[in-house]
Amino acid sequence: MNIVYLVPLFPLIGFLLNGLLRNHLSKSAVGIIGSGSVLASFIVSLMLFFDVKSGNNTVATLFNFINTKQFSIPFSFQIDQLSSLFLLVITGVGFLIHLYSTAYMKEEPNEHFARYFAYLNLFVFSMLLLVMGGNFVIMFIGWEGVGLCSYLLIGFWFKNTAYNNAAKKAFIMNRIGDLGFLLAVFWLLAKLGTVTYGEVFTQKSLDLLSATDITGITLLLFVGATGKSAQIPLYTWLPDAMAGPTPVSALIHAATMVTAGIYMIARSNILYTMAPLTQCVVAVIGLATAIFAATIAFKQNDIKKVLAYSTVSQLGYMFLGLGVGAYTGAVFHVITHAFFKALLFLGAGSVIHAMHHEQDMRNYGGLKKYMPITHITFLIGCLAIAGIYPFSGFFSKDEILTAAFAQNKVLYIFGVIGALMTAFYMFRLYAMTFQGKFRGTHEQEHHLHESPSAMTIPLIVLGILALIGGFMNVPEVLGGSTRLANFLQPIFAASIEKQSAHHIDHSTELMMMFGVMAVIIVVILLAWMKYAKYQKTDEEPRGLGKVLANKWYVDELYDAIIVKPLIAFSKFLGNVFDKYVVDGIVNGVGRLVQYGGRQLRLIQSGQVGGYILLMVLSMLVYFAVQMFILKK
Amino acid sequence: MPINYYIFVAIALFCIGVIGVLPRRNAIIIFMCIELMLNAVNLLLIAFSKMHHQLAAANGDAGVAGIEGQLFVFFIMVVAAAEVSVGLAIIVMMFRNVHSVDVNFLNRLKH
Amino acid sequence: MNVTQILFWFLTVLALGSAIGVVLSKNPVHSVLLLIITFFAISGHYILLNAQFLAIVNLIVYAGAIMVLFLFVIMLMNLNADTEPQKNKWLKLAGGIAGGSLMLILIAALKESEVKQNLTQLKEGNIGLIEQLGKTLFTQYVVPFEISSVLFLSAMVGAVVIGKKD
Repeated sequence: MNIVYLVPLFPLIGFLLNGLLRNHLSKSAVGIIGSGSVLASFIVSLMLFFDVKSGNNTVATLFNFINTKQFSIPFSFQIDQLSSLFLLVITGVGFLIHLYSTAYMKEEPNEHFARYFAYLNLFVFSMLLLVMGGNFVIMFIGWEGVGLCSYLLIGFWFKNTAYNNAAKKAFIMNRIGDLGFLLAVFWLLAKLGTVTYGEVFTQKSLDLLSATDITGITLLLFVGATGKSAQIPLYTWLPDAMAGPTPVSALIHAATMVTAGIYMIARSNILYTMAPLTQCVVAVIGLATAIFAATIAFKQNDIKKVLAYSTVSQLGYMFLGLGVGAYTGAVFHVITHAFFKALLFLGAGSVIHAMHHEQDMRNYGGLKKYMPITHITFLIGCLAIAGIYPFSGFFSKDEILTAAFAQNKVLYIFGVIGALMTAFYMFRLYAMTFQGKFRGTHEQEHHLHESPSAMTIPLIVLGILALIGGFMNVPEVLGGSTRLANFLQPIFAASIEKQSAHHIDHSTELMMMFGVMAVIIVVILLAWMKYAKYQKTDEEPRGLGKVLANKWYVDELYDAIIVKPLIAFSKFLGNVFDKYVVDGIVNGVGRLVQYGGRQLRLIQSGQVGGYILLMVLSMLVYFAVQMFILKK
Repeated sequence: MPINYYIFVAIALFCIGVIGVLPRRNAIIIFMCIELMLNAVNLLLIAFSKMHHQLAAANGDAGVAGIEGQLFVFFIMVVAAAEVSVGLAIIVMMFRNVHSVDVNFLNRLKH
Repeated sequence: MNVTQILFWFLTVLALGSAIGVVLSKNPVHSVLLLIITFFAISGHYILLNAQFLAIVNLIVYAGAIMVLFLFVIMLMNLNADTEPQKNKWLKLAGGIAGGSLMLILIAALKESEVKQNLTQLKEGNIGLIEQLGKTLFTQYVVPFEISSVLFLSAMVGAVVIGKKD
């Protein structure tokens, strides 16, 4: 059997074992099964990666999924440069998070612990399906699967209604995006008769599509991406999704699921290159989201919410990269973001664990004394996301910004502004948490301690990755060999051909890179100094601060425009339409039959005269029919 | 006499019998109208038997063609007599119980 | 018009008139008497058709025995015009219309048939004579004849059983 099938198989088995036997397994057994399956997938992914690196792409078909006269959709996996890279990230980071979870979720009762790991494995399985799929339909199966697991995991502590509502919100917003995705797939199928990547992305197929087709399809696919990857206008579910356990936020809402949209667009890059209008839309929405989310992050006090808005913002950057044609840059940023965002979330989880589930940063402060490992790794993460040389974020963010500069100076300027804002709020978070004096209660202070090794080892590993991860794609201007770009070249070749190459001379590029970094360092110092001396106050934010703290009232806006009318409509349907029209029809039929029966009963009058009359009448009718109608 | 005159007479008698049966509530009168209907049929049968005899005679030797009609009438009379005796016995029985010959009293079939 | 035709029409009118009288009469005794007159008229028709045996049998059996039986029962129950139960007006109307429609249908049906031109033999023919009838009855149709005797037996027994005063 092709080893390709093993990659999703291990997590699937893990899900089944942990799910079905959850009442019988001990915590350590569950932990081993859950983490071990992902580790096994990681090892197989490594083997596949080296296979691809030496030039062997694979397309493995399991069976023929949908087979009709007009088209056939096989259940196939495509392992090439793009998917093998994503496989490594998903299984690698996934394994670290599974390991972390064994310690973080230790306080849960056994069945819930097992249920958690079962869902987590199911999630990894779906994500692998999404990434490994050989056509849009298999990708969609994985797409839906991760949405489902996101719902299950956000609402993990299902006894809390607010958490359930957050889970529902995530699922429903995802669904809205999925409609766009499905319409795009149908359109593609109608025009080309196939959705397999190998057949869609050929010049022959692309010639069959008109410009309107391509623009329409790409726009609809992007709608799907906005739902899954939390861009404007479908982003509000991501901050609420922080209701789930922190490792879930790390895995799903930082490193993997939210990157599905970017994967999808990177996969279909040739379509997007042929639709400049859509690219413009993608870039603008990405940038707008980046800045918008950053403004909200300024005034959030919950540590996870800041990280959530930071994720939305960074995703905006990735879409900006896709929009200006820097496909490699976007994928690069996905990888580095997976490293440092997972690191940041796990670090936050470590802090939350130590502070006994306290998440308000105003009660933190001076934690560096008590949690050294968490502190150092968290600092590495912050430096990476701010984009300081030589941390990984520097390389990936700069690649996107350089491409933006080459395309449109305005995009570049806003991109830089966004980067500055990122640096500011991240270091605000860092300073409020780890610097200054401790602002919590005496109780909490007593219990502060470093987290167990199952939690700190993943932090250390991710910290190292966030530190050196950038070196996989050092640009030429700094003397590097752009290994990632070379590796991914076959995937993006057609797009690169079609795009006009923008060349900026090296000196300009160097100046931009380090000039921006200098400003970022200034901003970091500003934030550090301001918030290291943070004193807890009870004053409510006023003016612009209030608007930001309330997330620009977007949720309230959606509530008024969409949610309330829908609820009113459903109430109407439920109380009026269903009760009177539908029930009326059904009961009406019953009443009609009853009435008819009652009337018919009157024939049975018992009166002999009536019976004889009926006999004569029927004879009459019989004669009439026989003589006149049939004889004709 | 063309046969259709006889046919019309028989039809008329039969229908008068029907009209007599329908609105009546007196059981005995209903019975009598039934006898009237039977007689109409008898008349028709005999007329037809003569017609067939005539037809056969026109074609060749008559023989006893068409005698079946008259024999059947004979049997009808037999049956009518038997029926009347039993029916009247029932009516007398009913009269003894209910002291009326109103047919509407026989409405046990209602439920 | 020769005598035969006049006789035919006279007998027809008599039969129809008495029949209508039977239906419309309020007094049951009058109905019985009018029915007897109808039977006489029909027997007259039989004689005109030279079915002599049947004419006499009709008179003896129907007019003589059956109608007398009816009269007995009426007088037993002491029915007269006062004790006649009330008639349902709607049913009368319905009955009239139904019967009338039946007549119309039958007439319309028979209008098209081709037998209407055939003539019936009047006053002649030997099939109505008792000699021929008897011969056929006792040779070809002897089984129904015997069965009819069984029928009479059962009718008698039935009438007696039903009429017992237990």
